[in-house]
Amino acid sequence: MIFQAIAFYLFSAVLIAAAFMVIAARNPVHSVLFLILAFFNAAGLFVLMGAEFLAMILVVVYVGAVAVLFLFVVMMLDVDFAELKSGALQYLPIGGLIGLALLAELVMVAGAWVMAPASKGALASATPAGVSNAAALGRIIYTDYVYYFQIAGLVLLVAMIGAIVLTLRRRPGVRRQSIRAQNARTPETAMALVDAKPGEGA
Amino acid sequence: MAVGLGGYLTVAAILFTIGVFGIFLNRKNVIVILMSIELILLAVNLNFVAYSAYLHDLAGQVMAMFVLTVAAAEAAIGLAILVIYFRNRGSIDVEDVNVMKG
Repeated sequence: MIFQAIAFYLFSAVLIAAAFMVIAARNPVHSVLFLILAFFNAAGLFVLMGAEFLAMILVVVYVGAVAVLFLFVVMMLDVDFAELKSGALQYLPIGGLIGLALLAELVMVAGAWVMAPASKGALASATPAGVSNAAALGRIIYTDYVYYFQIAGLVLLVAMIGAIVLTLRRRPGVRRQSIRAQNARTPETAMALVDAKPGEGA
Repeated sequence: MAVGLGGYLTVAAILFTIGVFGIFLNRKNVIVILMSIELILLAVNLNFVAYSAYLHDLAGQVMAMFVLTVAAAEAAIGLAILVIYFRNRGSIDVEDVNVMKG
Protein backbone atom coordinates (compact mmCIF):
# COMPACT_ATOMS: atom_id res chain seq x y z
CA MET A 1 0.00 0.00 0.00
CA ILE A 2 2.74 2.45 0.99
CA PHE A 3 4.65 1.54 -2.14
CA GLN A 4 1.61 2.38 -4.27
CA ALA A 5 1.20 5.74 -2.56
CA ILE A 6 4.88 6.58 -3.10
CA ALA A 7 4.61 5.55 -6.75
CA PHE A 8 1.48 7.68 -7.18
CA TYR A 9 3.10 10.80 -5.76
CA LEU A 10 6.28 10.22 -7.77
CA PHE A 11 4.45 9.68 -11.06
CA SER A 12 2.09 12.62 -10.47
CA ALA A 13 4.87 15.01 -9.51
CA VAL A 14 6.96 14.13 -12.55
CA LEU A 15 3.86 14.20 -14.77
CA ILE A 16 2.86 17.69 -13.68
CA ALA A 17 6.42 19.02 -13.83
CA ALA A 18 6.91 17.57 -17.31
CA ALA A 19 3.54 18.97 -18.46
CA PHE A 20 4.56 22.40 -17.20
CA MET A 21 7.90 22.16 -19.01
CA VAL A 22 6.04 21.24 -22.24
CA ILE A 23 4.42 24.65 -22.32
CA ALA A 24 7.33 26.55 -20.78
CA ALA A 25 10.35 25.18 -22.66
CA ARG A 26 12.00 27.57 -25.09
CA ASN A 27 13.03 24.89 -27.55
CA PRO A 28 10.13 22.90 -29.09
CA VAL A 29 12.34 19.80 -29.29
CA HIS A 30 12.61 19.97 -25.50
CA SER A 31 8.83 20.40 -25.36
CA VAL A 32 8.34 17.17 -27.31
CA LEU A 33 10.80 15.30 -25.11
CA PHE A 34 9.01 16.52 -21.97
CA LEU A 35 5.73 15.44 -23.58
CA ILE A 36 7.19 11.95 -23.94
CA LEU A 37 8.20 12.02 -20.27
CA ALA A 38 4.67 13.11 -19.33
CA PHE A 39 3.16 10.25 -21.33
CA PHE A 40 5.42 7.69 -19.66
CA ASN A 41 4.38 8.93 -16.21
CA ALA A 42 0.71 8.93 -17.20
CA ALA A 43 1.20 5.33 -18.28
CA GLY A 44 2.61 4.64 -14.82
CA LEU A 45 -0.50 6.16 -13.25
CA PHE A 46 -2.66 3.98 -15.50
CA VAL A 47 -0.81 0.90 -14.29
CA LEU A 48 -1.41 2.00 -10.70
CA MET A 49 -5.12 2.22 -11.45
CA GLY A 50 -5.13 -1.28 -12.89
CA ALA A 51 -5.50 -0.31 -16.54
CA GLU A 52 -2.40 -2.08 -17.85
CA PHE A 53 -3.65 -2.44 -21.40
CA LEU A 54 -4.36 1.27 -21.76
CA ALA A 55 -0.98 2.08 -20.22
CA MET A 56 0.82 0.01 -22.83
CA ILE A 57 -1.37 1.47 -25.59
CA LEU A 58 -0.47 4.93 -24.29
CA VAL A 59 3.23 4.16 -24.56
CA VAL A 60 2.91 2.58 -28.00
CA VAL A 61 0.52 5.10 -29.57
CA TYR A 62 1.58 8.33 -27.91
CA VAL A 63 5.31 7.85 -27.41
CA GLY A 64 5.83 5.62 -30.42
CA ALA A 65 3.66 7.44 -32.93
CA VAL A 66 2.32 10.82 -31.90
CA ALA A 67 5.38 12.19 -30.11
CA VAL A 68 7.70 10.97 -32.86
CA LEU A 69 5.38 12.62 -35.39
CA PHE A 70 5.72 15.87 -33.43
CA LEU A 71 9.47 15.42 -33.33
CA PHE A 72 9.62 14.90 -37.10
CA VAL A 73 7.55 18.00 -37.79
CA VAL A 74 9.54 20.15 -35.36
CA MET A 75 12.80 19.06 -36.96
CA MET A 76 11.48 19.22 -40.54
CA LEU A 77 10.11 22.74 -40.40
CA ASP A 78 12.74 25.43 -40.45
CA VAL A 79 10.96 27.76 -38.05
CA ASP A 80 12.51 30.64 -36.19
CA PHE A 81 11.24 29.68 -32.74
CA ALA A 82 12.89 32.57 -30.96
CA GLU A 83 10.78 34.96 -33.01
CA LEU A 84 7.63 32.97 -32.22
CA LYS A 85 8.44 33.09 -28.52
CA SER A 86 8.88 36.86 -28.50
CA GLY A 87 5.36 38.03 -27.59
CA ALA A 88 4.58 35.16 -25.28
CA LEU A 89 4.57 37.08 -22.01
CA GLN A 90 2.02 39.48 -23.47
CA TYR A 91 -0.67 36.81 -23.02
CA LEU A 92 0.53 35.70 -19.58
CA PRO A 93 -1.98 37.72 -17.50
CA ILE A 94 -5.09 36.71 -19.45
CA GLY A 95 -3.90 33.13 -19.73
CA GLY A 96 -3.09 32.97 -16.03
CA LEU A 97 -6.48 34.48 -15.19
CA ILE A 98 -8.34 31.91 -17.28
CA GLY A 99 -6.19 29.09 -15.92
CA LEU A 100 -6.84 30.16 -12.33
CA ALA A 101 -10.58 30.52 -12.97
CA LEU A 102 -10.67 27.06 -14.49
CA LEU A 103 -8.71 25.56 -11.60
CA ALA A 104 -11.03 27.27 -9.09
CA GLU A 105 -14.05 25.84 -10.91
CA LEU A 106 -12.54 22.37 -10.85
CA VAL A 107 -11.73 22.67 -7.14
CA MET A 108 -15.31 23.80 -6.43
CA VAL A 109 -16.66 20.86 -8.42
CA ALA A 110 -14.36 18.47 -6.56
CA GLY A 111 -15.39 19.96 -3.20
CA ALA A 112 -19.14 19.75 -3.64
CA TRP A 113 -19.28 16.57 -5.66
CA VAL A 114 -21.11 13.47 -4.47
CA MET A 115 -21.92 10.31 -6.33
CA ALA A 116 -25.61 9.66 -6.76
CA PRO A 117 -26.37 6.42 -4.90
CA ALA A 118 -28.61 5.19 -7.69
CA SER A 119 -25.81 5.42 -10.25
CA LYS A 120 -23.96 2.58 -8.57
CA GLY A 121 -26.48 0.15 -9.99
CA ALA A 122 -26.26 1.58 -13.49
CA LEU A 123 -22.91 0.14 -14.45
CA ALA A 124 -22.51 -0.28 -18.18
CA SER A 125 -20.09 -3.20 -18.05
CA ALA A 126 -18.76 -4.37 -14.73
CA THR A 127 -15.16 -5.53 -14.48
CA PRO A 128 -15.15 -9.33 -14.43
CA ALA A 129 -13.16 -10.95 -11.66
CA GLY A 130 -10.28 -13.29 -12.32
CA VAL A 131 -9.57 -12.03 -15.82
CA SER A 132 -6.65 -9.84 -16.85
CA ASN A 133 -7.33 -6.26 -17.85
CA ALA A 134 -6.55 -6.84 -21.53
CA ALA A 135 -8.79 -9.92 -21.71
CA ALA A 136 -11.65 -8.13 -19.97
CA LEU A 137 -11.35 -5.17 -22.34
CA GLY A 138 -11.22 -7.47 -25.34
CA ARG A 139 -14.38 -9.23 -24.24
CA ILE A 140 -16.45 -6.06 -24.25
CA ILE A 141 -14.75 -4.16 -27.10
CA TYR A 142 -15.46 -6.91 -29.61
CA THR A 143 -19.02 -7.49 -28.38
CA ASP A 144 -20.78 -4.53 -26.76
CA TYR A 145 -18.69 -1.81 -28.34
CA VAL A 146 -17.93 -3.39 -31.70
CA TYR A 147 -19.60 -0.62 -33.74
CA TYR A 148 -17.72 2.08 -31.84
CA PHE A 149 -14.57 0.09 -32.42
CA GLN A 150 -15.22 -0.01 -36.17
CA ILE A 151 -15.96 3.72 -36.19
CA ALA A 152 -12.66 4.36 -34.38
CA GLY A 153 -10.89 2.40 -37.09
CA LEU A 154 -12.71 4.45 -39.71
CA VAL A 155 -11.61 7.68 -38.00
CA LEU A 156 -8.01 6.52 -38.16
CA LEU A 157 -8.39 5.55 -41.83
CA VAL A 158 -9.84 8.95 -42.71
CA ALA A 159 -7.06 10.67 -40.75
CA MET A 160 -4.42 8.63 -42.57
CA ILE A 161 -5.88 9.33 -46.02
CA GLY A 162 -6.37 12.98 -45.11
CA ALA A 163 -2.79 13.42 -43.94
CA ILE A 164 -1.47 11.77 -47.11
CA VAL A 165 -3.71 13.83 -49.41
CA LEU A 166 -2.83 17.05 -47.62
CA THR A 167 0.92 16.62 -47.75
CA LEU A 168 1.26 14.95 -51.16
CA ARG A 169 2.69 17.28 -53.77
CA ARG A 170 4.04 16.99 -57.26
CA ARG A 171 7.34 18.75 -57.51
CA PRO A 172 8.23 20.12 -60.92
CA GLY A 173 11.58 19.04 -62.30
CA VAL A 174 11.65 15.66 -60.55
CA ARG A 175 11.98 12.74 -62.96
CA ARG A 176 9.85 9.78 -61.92
CA GLN A 177 9.42 6.34 -63.40
CA SER A 178 6.33 6.18 -65.60
CA ILE A 179 5.42 2.56 -66.19
CA ARG A 180 2.68 3.54 -68.61
CA ALA A 181 5.09 5.45 -70.80
CA GLN A 182 7.59 2.61 -70.63
CA ASN A 183 5.03 0.02 -71.69
CA ALA A 184 3.75 2.21 -74.48
CA ARG A 185 7.16 2.40 -76.09
CA THR A 186 7.49 0.43 -79.31
CA PRO A 187 10.57 -0.24 -81.39
CA GLU A 188 9.28 2.29 -83.90
CA THR A 189 9.25 5.15 -81.40
CA ALA A 190 12.35 4.06 -79.53
CA MET A 191 14.70 3.46 -82.43
CA ALA A 192 15.72 5.48 -85.42
CA LEU A 193 17.50 3.84 -88.36
CA VAL A 194 20.12 6.08 -89.86
CA ASP A 195 21.83 5.27 -93.07
CA ALA A 196 25.43 5.97 -92.37
CA LYS A 197 27.63 6.41 -95.36
CA PRO A 198 30.91 4.51 -95.22
CA GLY A 199 33.64 6.60 -93.69
CA GLU A 200 31.35 9.37 -92.31
CA GLY A 201 29.53 7.98 -89.29
CA ALA A 202 26.03 8.79 -88.21
CA MET B 1 -6.27 2.22 -5.85
CA ALA B 2 -4.29 3.08 -2.77
CA VAL B 3 -4.63 6.84 -3.11
CA GLY B 4 -8.30 7.01 -3.96
CA LEU B 5 -10.29 8.79 -6.60
CA GLY B 6 -9.58 12.31 -5.34
CA GLY B 7 -5.84 12.13 -5.90
CA TYR B 8 -6.18 11.07 -9.51
CA LEU B 9 -8.88 13.66 -10.19
CA THR B 10 -6.63 16.37 -8.73
CA VAL B 11 -3.74 15.36 -10.98
CA ALA B 12 -6.05 15.35 -14.00
CA ALA B 13 -7.45 18.77 -13.08
CA ILE B 14 -3.96 20.26 -12.75
CA LEU B 15 -2.95 18.68 -16.06
CA PHE B 16 -6.06 20.07 -17.77
CA THR B 17 -5.35 23.54 -16.40
CA ILE B 18 -1.74 23.39 -17.58
CA GLY B 19 -2.99 22.44 -21.05
CA VAL B 20 -5.44 25.35 -21.22
CA PHE B 21 -2.78 27.70 -19.85
CA GLY B 22 -0.34 26.47 -22.49
CA ILE B 23 -2.72 27.39 -25.30
CA PHE B 24 -2.80 30.97 -24.04
CA LEU B 25 0.91 31.15 -23.24
CA ASN B 26 2.08 29.95 -26.68
CA ARG B 27 -0.47 31.65 -28.84
CA LYS B 28 1.92 32.01 -31.74
CA ASN B 29 3.41 28.54 -31.85
CA VAL B 30 0.95 26.04 -33.32
CA ILE B 31 3.16 23.05 -32.46
CA VAL B 32 3.02 23.81 -28.74
CA ILE B 33 -0.73 24.46 -29.00
CA LEU B 34 -1.16 20.97 -30.48
CA MET B 35 0.94 19.56 -27.65
CA SER B 36 -1.25 21.40 -25.13
CA ILE B 37 -4.31 19.78 -26.70
CA GLU B 38 -2.61 16.41 -26.25
CA LEU B 39 -2.10 17.26 -22.57
CA ILE B 40 -5.79 18.17 -22.20
CA LEU B 41 -6.84 14.88 -23.81
CA LEU B 42 -4.44 13.04 -21.51
CA ALA B 43 -6.14 14.67 -18.51
CA VAL B 44 -9.52 13.54 -19.86
CA ASN B 45 -8.15 10.02 -20.23
CA LEU B 46 -6.89 10.09 -16.65
CA ASN B 47 -10.39 11.04 -15.48
CA PHE B 48 -11.98 8.27 -17.51
CA VAL B 49 -9.62 5.62 -16.19
CA ALA B 50 -9.83 6.88 -12.60
CA TYR B 51 -13.63 6.65 -12.62
CA SER B 52 -13.42 3.31 -14.38
CA ALA B 53 -11.24 1.93 -11.59
CA TYR B 54 -13.35 3.58 -8.89
CA LEU B 55 -16.66 2.23 -10.18
CA HIS B 56 -15.30 -1.13 -11.37
CA ASP B 57 -16.80 -0.33 -14.74
CA LEU B 58 -14.78 -1.07 -17.86
CA ALA B 59 -16.76 1.34 -20.05
CA GLY B 60 -14.51 4.18 -18.91
CA GLN B 61 -11.42 2.41 -20.20
CA VAL B 62 -13.12 1.73 -23.52
CA MET B 63 -13.99 5.42 -23.81
CA ALA B 64 -10.39 6.34 -22.93
CA MET B 65 -9.26 4.14 -25.82
CA PHE B 66 -11.56 5.99 -28.22
CA VAL B 67 -10.30 9.33 -26.91
CA LEU B 68 -6.79 8.06 -27.61
CA THR B 69 -7.80 7.16 -31.18
CA VAL B 70 -9.28 10.58 -31.81
CA ALA B 71 -6.21 12.25 -30.27
CA ALA B 72 -3.89 10.32 -32.60
CA ALA B 73 -6.01 11.20 -35.64
CA GLU B 74 -6.17 14.83 -34.57
CA ALA B 75 -2.40 15.04 -34.16
CA ALA B 76 -1.82 13.50 -37.60
CA ILE B 77 -4.25 15.84 -39.37
CA GLY B 78 -3.14 18.88 -37.39
CA LEU B 79 0.52 18.33 -38.17
CA ALA B 80 -0.28 17.69 -41.85
CA ILE B 81 -2.15 20.99 -42.01
CA LEU B 82 0.78 22.63 -40.22
CA VAL B 83 3.25 21.27 -42.77
CA ILE B 84 1.29 22.53 -45.79
CA TYR B 85 0.66 25.84 -44.05
CA PHE B 86 4.39 26.25 -43.49
CA ARG B 87 5.03 25.32 -47.12
CA ASN B 88 2.67 28.04 -48.30
CA ARG B 89 3.53 30.81 -45.87
CA GLY B 90 7.02 30.07 -44.58
CA SER B 91 5.86 30.61 -40.99
CA ILE B 92 3.66 28.90 -38.42
CA ASP B 93 2.50 32.06 -36.72
CA VAL B 94 -1.18 31.73 -35.79
CA GLU B 95 -1.66 35.44 -36.26
CA ASP B 96 -1.12 34.99 -39.99
CA VAL B 97 -3.91 32.46 -40.37
CA ASN B 98 -6.62 35.08 -40.75
CA VAL B 99 -5.78 35.26 -44.45
CA MET B 100 -7.31 32.07 -45.81
CA LYS B 101 -6.25 32.45 -49.40
CA GLY B 102 -3.85 29.54 -49.49
